Amino acid sequence: MADEMADRTLTPTHPLADRRRLLAAVADETAGAVRLELEAPVAAVDLRLDPRGTGPAAIAADLGAELPSEPDTWTAHPTGTALRLGPDEWLLTSTAARPEDWEFHLDEVAVAHGGMAVDVSAQRTSLRVRGAARELLSFGCALDLRPAAFPRGRCAQTLLGQSGVLLAAGLDGDVDDLQILVRPSFAAYVADLLVDAAAELVPQPA
Amino acid sequence: MQLITCPWCGPREEIEFSYGGQAGVAYPEHPASLTDEQWAHFVFFRDNPKGPFAERWSHNAGCRRWFTAVRDTRTYRFLSSPTSNPELTS
Repeated sequence: MADEMADRTLTPTHPLADRRRLLAAVADETAGAVRLELEAPVAAVDLRLDPRGTGPAAIAADLGAELPSEPDTWTAHPTGTALRLGPDEWLLTSTAARPEDWEFHLDEVAVAHGGMAVDVSAQRTSLRVRGAARELLSFGCALDLRPAAFPRGRCAQTLLGQSGVLLAAGLDGDVDDLQILVRPSFAAYVADLLVDAAAELVPQPA
Repeated sequence: MQLITCPWCGPREEIEFSYGGQAGVAYPEHPASLTDEQWAHFVFFRDNPKGPFAERWSHNAGCRRWFTAVRDTRTYRFLSSPTSNPELTS
């Protein structure tokens, strides 16, 4: 009884943990043409700032990298990425920061410039598609995902099938890949959609 | 499917947007002093032109921003390049 009571530690589970094997099998089925990988949760903060004010410069100084200035683009900072979601909205992610501390810290910086920062770490989960990522996503996404129209450094909020997603291109740099950020409650739907679409990329015997 | 040009995200499919009705309907300056009839006119009565119509649209599945666009109600064609809230566009 005492032992039962003692082990009450909560361990975070990836929303797609039960589909890990299904996603890994896609690489074998498509002979390596496309690989689907789950990404570890990161700290994420939604930042609202007047883009014409002094806020973006202050946040940039704090992060150690400029915020993206063009619509629908992302930039890297030392521990993560900054994605521009709207005229006055950015999504900042970090693999190093503790979500609560980071929210508090960034909010302090943003409030001084009339903005605000909110912890949204639990809002999205992440899938990485490597290989023929653009071709795979074109089965359920209306955006022109060809490298010329959606090059490295672009991001976009759009629909993948019926689910809203945030896409980011080329986070790895040299390798062509797409990151899909999706609400945890829609993640299983998106994962199943991608596994289903990957059947189209299975090489056919000649 | 029709493409609608979002001032922030560019051309996107129409299912990413939601309709917000007639643009430029001002909130009454003194709501409490309105008669029931005047209030009903503010809440329910809208223009229904055959031709160009200024409308509010929201890019729900994208940047989630509202913008005003002029659309021809006969052809569904968007006539103006939409303008967002200029205060938010850098």
